[in-house]
Amino acid sequence: MSSVGASSGADRNGDAAIRFAAVHKWYGSFHVLRNINLTVGRGERIVVCGPSGSGKSTLIRCVNRLEEHQRGSIVVDGVELTDDIKRIDEVRREVGMVFQSFNLFPHLTILENCALAPIWVRKMPRRDADELAMKLLSRVKILDQAHKYPGQLSGGQQQRAAIARALCMTPKIMLFDEPTSSLDPEMVKEVLDTMTELAQEGMTMIVVTHEMGFARQVADRVVFMDRGEIVEVNAPAPFFDHPQHERTKLFLSQILH
Amino acid sequence: MEPVAYVREAPEPEDPPPTLTSGALAWARTNLFSSFGSSLTTIGFLALIGYLLPQLAAWATTRAVWSAMDGAACRQHQDGACWAFVIAKWDYLRFGSYPVAERWRVDVVEAIGAVLIVWLLWTNAPRRAWAALLFFVVYPILALVLLRGSSLLGLPFVDTLLWGGIFVSLVTAVVGIVFSLPLGVLLALGRRSPLPVVRVASVVFIEFVRGVPFITILFMANNLLPLFLPATWAPDRFLRPLAGIVMFSAAYMAEEVRGGLQSLGKGQYEAALALGLNYPRMMGLVILPQALTFVIPGIVNNFIGLFMDTTLISVVGMTDFLEAMNNAIKDPVWAGPTIMVTGYVFAAIFYFSFCYGMARYSAHVERILAKGRK
Repeated sequence: MSSVGASSGADRNGDAAIRFAAVHKWYGSFHVLRNINLTVGRGERIVVCGPSGSGKSTLIRCVNRLEEHQRGSIVVDGVELTDDIKRIDEVRREVGMVFQSFNLFPHLTILENCALAPIWVRKMPRRDADELAMKLLSRVKILDQAHKYPGQLSGGQQQRAAIARALCMTPKIMLFDEPTSSLDPEMVKEVLDTMTELAQEGMTMIVVTHEMGFARQVADRVVFMDRGEIVEVNAPAPFFDHPQHERTKLFLSQILH
Repeated sequence: MEPVAYVREAPEPEDPPPTLTSGALAWARTNLFSSFGSSLTTIGFLALIGYLLPQLAAWATTRAVWSAMDGAACRQHQDGACWAFVIAKWDYLRFGSYPVAERWRVDVVEAIGAVLIVWLLWTNAPRRAWAALLFFVVYPILALVLLRGSSLLGLPFVDTLLWGGIFVSLVTAVVGIVFSLPLGVLLALGRRSPLPVVRVASVVFIEFVRGVPFITILFMANNLLPLFLPATWAPDRFLRPLAGIVMFSAAYMAEEVRGGLQSLGKGQYEAALALGLNYPRMMGLVILPQALTFVIPGIVNNFIGLFMDTTLISVVGMTDFLEAMNNAIKDPVWAGPTIMVTGYVFAAIFYFSFCYGMARYSAHVERILAKGRK
């Protein structure tokens, strides 16, 4: 797998951001992740795609231990994920996550949503945390919504707020779990634009998405998963133009009409 | 036939609705006189109210006896309430057998409590954190010292057996409310804990307490609690029913809170964890504020039930307000056919005003919380 992909090859084996080595996971007796080997370099943008139930969400949820793997090893930013709660917290502080259903805290304003973790996890003074939050809210272009509650915002605005909330922890790695799947069509672009800007600034990203235009434009590598295993990995141009595996071809023919 | 293509040329104007939809008249038409049957019902009930209300008002005011030294005047005016009885017994109804010379201490405790509660509950009040600190930390100590007495301050000791009346009911209700909610939250969290010992202990406690009548809990607290504790600090006669009421209410509170916790999606937990919040912060900052808001009606319902249940502490020898009223009614000086009705009507007004106040306040809080979140 180390020969695959065009960019950031130098990072591949040395100072990696995330390294999956022979990772397995089961839900009961259902083998949901099968022998996952993948190394994500610093600053690398990975798009993960595949049919529903293929394990792609489970894969990225293992990175910040929302799901635990049962065999193999996952090393995030030099820290191996085990049952040790201290290490898990350490990893979670450095890894931001954006969810399909936003998961903003509805009882807090957008500003409070963003400042919460810096204040309580980073022990930042409230004034500094608010300042940081306002800076990031202006970066995702919803500064004027700062004092509203999540329920008063459109889906696209909520998802951008969720991105700002994750960025307030100044993470080294960002995980996106189908960030545009529950948005109305006219709001998808504003969220993808925000993510593209983030990618251009050099953030390490793993994005689970069906937005193939985004994958082609932003990704360094595309990972195709099916039935719990990685089927094919390649740079976007060859991945979309010359897929190798039969299952990749079938999947692409189904989603690219 | 309609053509296939259509393009709008001018915007459609925005018109008012065809019938009256707002104002008192429109409200009356849709709610009171929407059909022949409902008009008939409305008129029928209005007639009934018109017939009963004046009689009730006259019974309570113009025909009532307002001042008398004993029951003689009330025996002569049997068609009106005997408020003179309530007035004459007022001090006993408030303080029970608390020594007359020391009753100012109860007044002070009640006055400070009232100020702090208003400060705490008034949603726009400044510095409510201070009110909380004073009410939950300083006030209980102050109240205990004042009510029981302290040789250090030269306040004579007053045994809880002498306590009685409204202030005992209020102390019981406030202690029950203040302790049962946090205990209930802990039990609800314990019931969902991944640690088997904690989970089983919580489930056993909750199911046991819920499966036993409150009076049984009171008897058990009264008779069993002293057996479990060393004889030297045998718990106070009043402390035992207080412990009982806190335990009883906490079990119901726990189930209420558990309902709130279950109504929250997994996403809120995951988002909090993904941000690096640890368990206590996730619960305290993200989960509980939402879960408790969801179940405010249920929690207040429990508080109201608890307020009613304070009347049951009389079965273990405490004289609460209702028991004081029972004792007052038995006074032969005030014997008479209107005494009992007057006494219980007054007690009903007392309980109703507190419980209705709680219900109104919770509705007010719900409205405030709902405002921001649509």
